[in-house]
Amino acid sequence: MATVKGEIVVNTERCKGCELCVPVCKEKTIKMSGNLNSKGYHFATSINDDCNGCTNCALVCPDGAITVYRVKLKEEKVN
Amino acid sequence: MNYIPTREEIIADHDNVVYERTCLLTDNPLSYCPGCGHGTAHRLIMEVVEEMNLQADTIGVAPVGCSVLAYDFMNIDMQQAAHGRAPAVATGIKRLMPDKFVFTYQGDGDLAAIGTGETLHACNRGENITIFFVNNGIYGMTGGQMAPTTLPNMKTATSPYGRDVETMGYPLKITELIAMLPGTYFVSRQSVHTPANVRKAKKAIEKAIQYQKLNKGLCFVEIVSNCNSGWKMTPEQSNKWMEENMFPYYPLGDIKVPKEK
Amino acid sequence: MKDIRLMKGNEAIAEGVIRAGCDGYFGYPITPQSEVLEYLMATKTKERTGMITLQAESEIASIHMVYGGAACGKRVMTSSSSPGISLMQEGISFMAGTELPCLLLNVVRGGPGLGTIQPSQSDYFQAVKGGGHGDYKMIVLAPASVQEMYDFAKLGFELAFKHRIQVMVLSDGAIGQMMEKVELDEQIQRLTDAEIKQKYPWATTGKTPDRERNIITSLDLNPVKQEIININLQKKFKHIEQTEVRFERIMCDDAEYLFVAYGSSARICQKAVLLGRERGIKVGLLRPITLFPYPSKELAKLAKQVKGMLSVEMSAGQMVEDVRLSVNGAVPVEHYGRLGGIMPAPDEVLNVLENKFIRLSVNTPRLCLGIKKIL
Repeated sequence: MATVKGEIVVNTERCKGCELCVPVCKEKTIKMSGNLNSKGYHFATSINDDCNGCTNCALVCPDGAITVYRVKLKEEKVN
Repeated sequence: MNYIPTREEIIADHDNVVYERTCLLTDNPLSYCPGCGHGTAHRLIMEVVEEMNLQADTIGVAPVGCSVLAYDFMNIDMQQAAHGRAPAVATGIKRLMPDKFVFTYQGDGDLAAIGTGETLHACNRGENITIFFVNNGIYGMTGGQMAPTTLPNMKTATSPYGRDVETMGYPLKITELIAMLPGTYFVSRQSVHTPANVRKAKKAIEKAIQYQKLNKGLCFVEIVSNCNSGWKMTPEQSNKWMEENMFPYYPLGDIKVPKEK
Repeated sequence: MKDIRLMKGNEAIAEGVIRAGCDGYFGYPITPQSEVLEYLMATKTKERTGMITLQAESEIASIHMVYGGAACGKRVMTSSSSPGISLMQEGISFMAGTELPCLLLNVVRGGPGLGTIQPSQSDYFQAVKGGGHGDYKMIVLAPASVQEMYDFAKLGFELAFKHRIQVMVLSDGAIGQMMEKVELDEQIQRLTDAEIKQKYPWATTGKTPDRERNIITSLDLNPVKQEIININLQKKFKHIEQTEVRFERIMCDDAEYLFVAYGSSARICQKAVLLGRERGIKVGLLRPITLFPYPSKELAKLAKQVKGMLSVEMSAGQMVEDVRLSVNGAVPVEHYGRLGGIMPAPDEVLNVLENKFIRLSVNTPRLCLGIKKIL
């Protein structure tokens, strides 16, 4: 059972669709969106919920377009 | 069963951020080609300057080349130097403002072609500055011409049939050269194309900045980087090509580290 | 009582910059001006005032070290001689584009190429018309004595920072090497970093929270902005032309003929004026002290009074063009100059004046006639 959950937020205007984040994501979370930003680039977007917040994508992003969040999942009693 | 917060809940709380762009990069969109290592190199340097709280004490020198506009992206006081002359400009700054952190950020044409003299002599004098040297084996800004670091048989706009070492000489290993000079204190060669290398590069950058305070000589960090436009490849292909071709010629790792611990 | 010493011109300006509160000197050896660097090293400027003196690996490196220091608001200087100054032109153009104040010294030697180490004035165009690329000017001061070599250190820095411009002292091998009495004045304290930050908010002193980052660059890829930058530069040069002209009039009030000469040539013409007066020729001398801004108005005024002007300079004729521009055809303007490092003699110069404007005097030295054929 996953103990952490990650999320990425891509600054879609800053992203240039270079795709360098795609191969470094072990969870295969990132793909280029079908949409374009104002400069005509397909920007990166997360396509599933498997992100664990490892920050690989953000580390290699030349434009610093990715912000990574991560939370530890808390135990919670099911009523 | 763990409670799984929604995406909105996670990103609503800034405390959940584990990685974000340093505030020492300006909001200006980077002028670099998609996938180019310059952007990453800029970010790492500014991250370290931020983490070491040096913004008010840092003066950077930008070269002529793709990173000529570095001052549009680095939120610190910067000077733009004539092609090849950044080490001399930085010498002038550091000699007159010795308690500032002074660095140059240069490409291979700037540092190892027209600026070879300035590079060698700043190193030989042991100037207490830090030189960040981005080596992508080509002149990027002017459209992909051959540089001193262009590999044998590598095609460029001015070596369209491949660099012929007989007539155009061998790639210049400037970093090994300056490492031999007593004036250099810490010399390292890194890359920024994988997460692991980014982490290593950042450590080298941190050392190169910390060591400057010791006034023990020049700190030099080369970053072997891709130039997907100049090499006419996709970013991902260029990183692969870099690993297979550039790294054998420019092996990564610390080349000169201070002895005493 | 002022401190008075016998010094070489090159040493006098070195002492001058120390006393003017200079922060840094970056230079490279070249005859006939190596004494500047030697003197600064010998006098241990760091211990005297904290001033840094550094020998660079080339004149190119020197000018860019000056650039770096100037952009931090520091008082910085370099010196060289003709070939070295040629190497510095790109750096000077960069400083023009970034409006950086500095002091430059050119102890001119004969050219072109390696030329000679003898004195000359053949770098006038390079200094006054902008030797590097782009539209720009420098303030150019022409010392005619060792005292002025000393004085122009302080004056140079004041003008440089007042207008954020490069100031070049255009000397020559004779003035740099000759020894004369020099009156030295009090030491001016170097500015502290805090004073610099306050006085020169444009300088790269480190981006503190109270301000945006400072960028020193001469680049603007947007032509609209680059034109504005250029227009503002031209306004500055216009303002300097209206406010910073300096010259000396010697026996001009009743002059019927006029020598126009600066630096060493002015000293020679000063003697020629006396000789001329002995021969009953009412000749005077106008000595430009600032070559930019040039004393055009003064010459235009004198053109209404004299019948002819002889521009005397150790070159094939460069300043003569500015004399002609100034008088605008109102009176004939001739040139006389020796080349290759030869300095003319006072009587030689006077005879030329007579020949060109009064009559062919019998005692024109034979050598002179030879020269005339060449020119």
